[in-house]
Amino acid sequence: MKLVHKDIEKDGKGVVVLIPEEAEDMWQAYNIIREGDRIRASTIRKVQNESSTGSSTSHRVRTTLTVNVESVDFDTQACLLRLKGRNIEENEYVKMGAYHTIDLELNRKFTLMKEEWDSIDLGRIEMATDPTQTADVAAVIMQEGLAHICLISGSRTIVRAKIDQNIPRKRKGDIKQHEKGILKFFDLVMQAILRHIRFDIVKCTIIASPGFVKDQFYEYIIQEAVKNDNKTILENKSKFITAHASSGFKHSLKEVLTNPSIASKLEDTKALSELKVLENFYKILQSESTRAFYGISHVEKANEALAIETLLITDSLFRSQNIAERKRYVKLVDSVKESGGDVKIFSSMHVTGEQLSQITGVAAILRFPMPELEDDEEEDDDSDECISLPQS
Amino acid sequence: MARHRNVRTTQYSDDEYYDDDDYSNSFEDDCISPSDAIYLINHKPKFDSDQEFTDAKVNSCLQRVTEVLGFEIPKDVLTGHLIRNEFNIDKTVDQILNSKSGDTKGKEYQGTEDNSSRPTVVIASSSKNKDSIVVGFGNTSISGSKNKNLTATPKQTPFSTPICSPAATPRNRSPQSTRVGSPRTDRKLNSPKNTKVKDDSGLSTSHHKDQLYLIIIGHVDAGKSTLMGHLLYKLGHVQQRTIQKYEHESKKLGKQSFVYAWVLDETTEERNRGITMDVGHLKFETKTKDVTLLDAPGHKDFIPNMITGASQADATILVVDATKGEFETGFDSGGQTREHALLIRSLGITQLGVAINKMDTVFWSEERFEEIKSKLGLFLKQAGYKESDVTFVPCSGLSGENLATKANESLLTQWYNGPCLMDVIDSFKPPERPISKPLRLCISDVYKSLGSGYSIVGRIETGQMRVGDKVLVQPQGEIAQIKSIEIDDLPQPIGLAGDFISVGLAGYDAQTIYSGCVLCDPSFPVPITSILEARVIVFNVDFPIVRGHQIVLHYQSSSESAVVSRLLAELNKSTGEVMKKNPRMIKKNTHALVKIQLSRPICVEVYSDIRQLGRIMLRSGGTTIAAGLVTKVNFNK
Repeated sequence: MKLVHKDIEKDGKGVVVLIPEEAEDMWQAYNIIREGDRIRASTIRKVQNESSTGSSTSHRVRTTLTVNVESVDFDTQACLLRLKGRNIEENEYVKMGAYHTIDLELNRKFTLMKEEWDSIDLGRIEMATDPTQTADVAAVIMQEGLAHICLISGSRTIVRAKIDQNIPRKRKGDIKQHEKGILKFFDLVMQAILRHIRFDIVKCTIIASPGFVKDQFYEYIIQEAVKNDNKTILENKSKFITAHASSGFKHSLKEVLTNPSIASKLEDTKALSELKVLENFYKILQSESTRAFYGISHVEKANEALAIETLLITDSLFRSQNIAERKRYVKLVDSVKESGGDVKIFSSMHVTGEQLSQITGVAAILRFPMPELEDDEEEDDDSDECISLPQS
Repeated sequence: MARHRNVRTTQYSDDEYYDDDDYSNSFEDDCISPSDAIYLINHKPKFDSDQEFTDAKVNSCLQRVTEVLGFEIPKDVLTGHLIRNEFNIDKTVDQILNSKSGDTKGKEYQGTEDNSSRPTVVIASSSKNKDSIVVGFGNTSISGSKNKNLTATPKQTPFSTPICSPAATPRNRSPQSTRVGSPRTDRKLNSPKNTKVKDDSGLSTSHHKDQLYLIIIGHVDAGKSTLMGHLLYKLGHVQQRTIQKYEHESKKLGKQSFVYAWVLDETTEERNRGITMDVGHLKFETKTKDVTLLDAPGHKDFIPNMITGASQADATILVVDATKGEFETGFDSGGQTREHALLIRSLGITQLGVAINKMDTVFWSEERFEEIKSKLGLFLKQAGYKESDVTFVPCSGLSGENLATKANESLLTQWYNGPCLMDVIDSFKPPERPISKPLRLCISDVYKSLGSGYSIVGRIETGQMRVGDKVLVQPQGEIAQIKSIEIDDLPQPIGLAGDFISVGLAGYDAQTIYSGCVLCDPSFPVPITSILEARVIVFNVDFPIVRGHQIVLHYQSSSESAVVSRLLAELNKSTGEVMKKNPRMIKKNTHALVKIQLSRPICVEVYSDIRQLGRIMLRSGGTTIAAGLVTKVNFNK
């Protein structure tokens, strides 16, 4: 993302001009743009002309529109951001108040106007415009009969393909079917890798599985590549690394990323630092449960006592459509920062963020134990509904 | 049931009276079509008591024959065969099967429920009556309306037959006392080798054995496969030639000590790496039992496979390595000895034999044996095994000492004169098989069978199924028909609870079936749910379980990714009382009530309804974090 222009007044009102450069930036934009913002961008509009005789013709024109955003829609797979709203600046094609949906496009600048830019938004713009934050890694998490092909980038983990294949078990005297099944499964995974992983972009491809599936699979793809003279794989042979994972389900990715040999390859992706903090949180929860809390009410109380050392919070909370609720979280983050605490904003698109959102999305590691909080019954919200399943 | 007992004990003369009585019952029943009724009314006066008796006999024999053969052969054909063979069922069935004169017209079914479960095996025949009976049944019209009864009655039979004593299993009860057409008899009859006709059907079952599914567990490299491979070799289930071949090949790979393990480890991958990956199946017989051996992998990464195998087992042998240091690594936390034993226990298996293996490496030291015994014994007791259910046996898988026969090694016999491994296996009691409950078959594998289409493999947990039955495939929710049933590669007409069978389905695309699906009775479908409530026992875990813990839920032979969506309560370990509602987290070694959300719907039952389908395992990060019992599956939302 490129920051072209930034003009923010003291009261927080202001304008920012940005150019998204890659798919990842759409995700960043999605986290910044909310209902009530105004956005100006180039877009395509179908215009109907009625001639004097009554016949109508329609044609598409490219025009720049400014709309007051009413809904924000993000497609994780295609990385498309759609902003729907009313036109607030009349031009020759579109009347005032007419509805229009803007699809943000790569490499075209857009202007975003907000009544109030808060610290979270500004922090995110800073993060998004930092070019060192991008690191692309592909990971194949597999077990016999199940594979997930994921792309891990700075702030997102996307499952590009899921392969679920039934493999006959080994049977007395008939192992052929089992072995055939395995080969078929490997072939499917390999095809998916070729389709979804762009080796010119990814730094490395992790093959992770329990047992020996990973080694078997690695051998298989190299063999196949040699047999079919597949240049893409042979040239990128060095990019494949194998690692251990306890299962083929997506959440095993966590284990893979904590593996020291993998961690060194990933250097500083956001996912990794998030993972360390989250693990630390669980460790403290087990050993010293009065120093680790989750749930907004507990965390807020801890914050009042200036006890928060590290605050863990997912970005999905800031996408909240409820302004008051969002303000509550922003206030929390600001006050933790003020009191010298560390704030980690987790990306809800990573496995770690997914896990954090399961425990209400906000958690804190305290400087000192607060046993009095433990007795506090957390207002148990019958919130099965708000627990979203991990996307897969 | 009591009545059946009576039948067995009654005298022949009483029987006659009894038959008479019963016959009139069946006559009044609605099961008979109007045309039959008219026929019977018209003819009844002509029957003297002898005729009625023979007639009843034909009926009861027919019953048995039809149960064996399904309902594909017209009754009049059967009757003809029966009378020619003087009511010898075995002979008749053989004859019919051989002649293959199967006419697939609708089969008349005249019995009532009473009749169907009445076992009268009388071999006396009165040739005088032959003619009249042949004529009688020859005239009987085959009415289509009766087909309704055909499907209904066989199913009612098991439901109306309560299990007489908890210890009794279908297999250790003789067919005369319980069920006509016992599966054992049928199987014997259908096996191609067994063409010799036996005089009395009762005889053929006199030497039948109990079925036992035995899983072998233990830490990786404890010698599970070798132990079992050697046992099978000693029992003569593996040919000398095969072993020689393995010996030769394994030598080439430089893994000579794996000779016997190769009997069970068949895939190239397993042999090259020298570890078991998936459960191996093999059968052998002991003095009193037919044992199906399930050789579980010991490696940590293959515990899912081990759980699959364990969900089919009735009893277990835990193999531990007696070598200095090896037992300790396997037993300390991180080793699989503990985890396996806990898993097995939480899957409801209570009978455990401990094979202390590789005793030859410690020179058959009694001290070492006692040391392991006391350490392991204490742990097993804590894990919930009864002391009386656990037996310790010193042995050696590689040298074959104390496996199939009592030990010869003088160092061992000095201090040990207990049972050999074989005796321990023999002493396991087969558990109760709930055949009277609705059908549940948990699919563990789907494969392409030789010849026609796909076969699905699984264990019948409860109930029974016959060829021709309609079953419901869950979670797909579609009806399929049973085309064939095979046990140990031999076709069978019926599968009962406890059987590990492979089934061919008609009218269903088997490719959409995956392991984890359940075949069930259409009138009592298995619940499908993506949210469930369970009472869990948390093991010794590194991280506490908090809300949102991402887990892999293992159930039956399958696994699914899931999330602990709510912690409902922390429970008292012994009383089960609620100690704290909505706890923040669940620490290690506690009991709790949790709600689990699955990523796709699965088939589970509430534990109190059908135990076999109500057990779950929670795993995360390669370790088992908890075992649980399903307490609630229906959430009406």
